[in-house]
Amino acid sequence: MGPDGSRTTAPDSGPNAGADRRPASAPAWEPARGRRRGPSLRAREARAGLVLVSPTVLIVLLVVVLPFLWTILISFQRLRLIDLQNVFDITLTLRNFETVLGSSDLWEMVRTTLIYSVGGTILSVGAGLLTALALRQRFPGRMIIRAFVLVPYVIPVVSAALVWRTLLNPQFGPVNVFGVEVLGWDQPIGFLSERFHRVEVFGLGVDLPIALITVIVFEAWKTFPLAFLFILARLQGLPRDLEEAGRVDGATPLQRFRYVVAPQLSGVIALLVLLRFIWTFQNFNDIYLLTRGSGGTEVVSVQVYNYLISRNDVGGAAALGLLMSVVLIIAFAVYYRYGVLKQESEV
Amino acid sequence: MASRERVETRVLNVARVVWLAIVLAGCVVPLLYMVLLSVRPLQAVLADPLDMLPSLSELNLAAYERVIASPEDGGYGLLSFFGNSLIVALGSVVLTVALSVLGAYAATRLRFPGKNVINTSFFAVYMFPGIVMAIPLFVLFSRLGLRGELPALIIIYLASTVPVSVYMLRNYFRSIPQGLEDAAMVDGCNRSQVIWRIVLPLAMPSIAATSLYVFMIAWNEYLFALLFLLESRDNWTVSLGLAQLDDISVSATVLMAGSVLLTLPVVVLFFAAERLLVEGLTAGAEKG
Repeated sequence: MGPDGSRTTAPDSGPNAGADRRPASAPAWEPARGRRRGPSLRAREARAGLVLVSPTVLIVLLVVVLPFLWTILISFQRLRLIDLQNVFDITLTLRNFETVLGSSDLWEMVRTTLIYSVGGTILSVGAGLLTALALRQRFPGRMIIRAFVLVPYVIPVVSAALVWRTLLNPQFGPVNVFGVEVLGWDQPIGFLSERFHRVEVFGLGVDLPIALITVIVFEAWKTFPLAFLFILARLQGLPRDLEEAGRVDGATPLQRFRYVVAPQLSGVIALLVLLRFIWTFQNFNDIYLLTRGSGGTEVVSVQVYNYLISRNDVGGAAALGLLMSVVLIIAFAVYYRYGVLKQESEV
Repeated sequence: MASRERVETRVLNVARVVWLAIVLAGCVVPLLYMVLLSVRPLQAVLADPLDMLPSLSELNLAAYERVIASPEDGGYGLLSFFGNSLIVALGSVVLTVALSVLGAYAATRLRFPGKNVINTSFFAVYMFPGIVMAIPLFVLFSRLGLRGELPALIIIYLASTVPVSVYMLRNYFRSIPQGLEDAAMVDGCNRSQVIWRIVLPLAMPSIAATSLYVFMIAWNEYLFALLFLLESRDNWTVSLGLAQLDDISVSATVLMAGSVLLTLPVVVLFFAAERLLVEGLTAGAEKG
């Protein structure tokens, strides 16, 4: 859908052409030929519209769409940071993809990224939904609580990561000190460094991927306010009479949620799930700042960064980045296919 | 009668209070801890990490002095990065709002070819992974010799905030009746006068919310600052400078002091205009 943005100068046609705020007068827009006095009002309006909108479109094309297309080219070039003059060397090669696909830790990394994105998405949207439902009814202090709930989303990711690193620090972090001194843990837990931590549950030993769980929880903590905000807005737009009718008919609160409220939230939740999945899948900051990708948290975006900066391999970074985008495009296409986005295109 | 209704209502009420308490604690405690740690001497923290409340006698701002002071004075020079962050954030705000007002005006008031495509597909910008776009931009700005410069960041923040800004302003413009603008046109104002004298003043609340949104994104951003500015220390933003401190094992109290300084502007702005921002972002979400 992205490159579609470049179609801005194409004639406006198709069934949506007249879907304006104003009633569509006969031809959607017509060149002003045949009129005597200069261009028609309609044509001037069209020109003014294009002029006004072109800077925004241009900047997005130049900084987002074109670079993405360029990435495709780079992924087939042998390009290293030290010899950037090779940018114009159009000898195409598949070596980058061979390197990336041949690396031994690729599948481990893909698995980690998928677990991270799916887990982060579910926790984030789930927590957002619960919080929105809990704050639905008016009560004193509700708006203040809403403001505080948004704080994790608002603060800089660098501060958030530093606080979490300090809180979870194995030596003096209060979480570990509390665990050891009060809860009686044998030893502090390396929340951000241990790949697996053995936990006894009912006499069964379970190896928890502790660092991965921690970064997932961090991601959910940082982003659930967004889901909360949009679900709450949707909740407040719901007509109350349907639920009232359900109550009169004897539906309990849970039934009213299940059969009356939930169906009306499905659109916004589906959209949030898509957005959160896409953003978590490509998230670099959180994991880079928290663990640098150690302890079993190496996700694709961190690896792209490593290709680019540590290995100076621009071509490899582009190839891996492109493969990563393919997953996102698939996610997007699945959604588009099922029409979730159409009904929510206003959000 | 209606006992199930009553039981469920009661249980749900308890669950609601418990959940809100957990969520609120989760959102507030980390910030509180950040502030409390930043005003204590490190020894006191290490001696008893669970003793969160500092005694009045041990309150001190040494960590702040340390993190602000320039390297020549034995500090970590965070203060010098504030100027860079401000330039980047304010530059992004001015450019983004200027472009978005024009774009949003066109998208609500004018009919032009391609309008529907723009209105529906602008958000596709957020489908492109930042780290993937960063690769060619990294190459491009390196070739142009702009990589370590602040304008490079401003351009990127502009492109990444413009879609949401247009969206926020567009929703607001829709709620302004068009009669005034038509009247001004009839009275002989041209299009730019209408935008400048009628639309802009009316849209001020929305412009404030949009500016705030852009400021926060630009102020908080880390990935592009890291990629582009790392080698030019003089141009580091506060986010980048603070993250770099973490690499050289600076004491926790100093890191927390730096975090407070980095977070404070954003949190103050946010609480000052929370309602405006929330309304700007979620207008249109009610309809679903």
